[in-house]
Amino acid sequence: MTPGLNSTPYHPRWYRRRVSVWWWLESRPYTLFVTRELTSLAVAYFAILFLWKLDALSAGPESYARFLEWMRNPALAAVNALALLMVLLHAVTWFNLAPRALAVRLSGKRLPDWAIRAANYGAWAVATSLIVWFAERG
Amino acid sequence: MHKLTPLLWGLFSAGGTVAALLFPAHMFLTVAAYPYGWLRPPSYGYLIHALHSPWVRVYFLGFISLPLFHWAHRFRYTLYDGLQIKHLTLLIVTVCYGSAIAGSAFAAYVLWSLP
Repeated sequence: MTPGLNSTPYHPRWYRRRVSVWWWLESRPYTLFVTRELTSLAVAYFAILFLWKLDALSAGPESYARFLEWMRNPALAAVNALALLMVLLHAVTWFNLAPRALAVRLSGKRLPDWAIRAANYGAWAVATSLIVWFAERG
Repeated sequence: MHKLTPLLWGLFSAGGTVAALLFPAHMFLTVAAYPYGWLRPPSYGYLIHALHSPWVRVYFLGFISLPLFHWAHRFRYTLYDGLQIKHLTLLIVTVCYGSAIAGSAFAAYVLWSLP
């Protein structure tokens, strides 16, 4: 008998459970995952805010003073505070995941996770100090 | 598109690192410490003088451009997973990476036309 002779011409329907668009609210780890992924919005927001700052700087001192005045606007300050929290969440989750993305080997031995994490937090501290130092020289 | 995938993951990764290392400090200064007078903001003259250095301009170009590509790549997949709209790939890809390219081009224009 030829194999497949008895097969039906119809493909059976796949069994696929319908997933709600709100699946990520069903459990805490899912919600945390989507919150972490949404930090990219705060990252883009700050890139654009900084572009606005540079544009104001390039337009002259009055324009830059107006930008600084805008930063005291209460509605904008509330958005900025939320964005700052999201950017901090991005930084912390990014450094904590670094050992998963980066396998560093030193003389054939893999560096332990804590060492890679510590190096990332150390780099963060150095970068932050340098930024504040450069800014405060002015 | 498939040939570009490794490059897009590379930009995602570079942008994520730039945003994690540099954004919190810059953001804290710009949106909190300066507006509320916790720290003295640098003078206009000092900032313009600093921005005359090509190194500082390249720093801020990477500072804006790479995190925009990080957003483009990550948000693309958030839309896929969160809203289940993978069939709109072409539209999402165009809007996400297109915005990142436009933002980077504008940043380059602003930085190179500084007084």
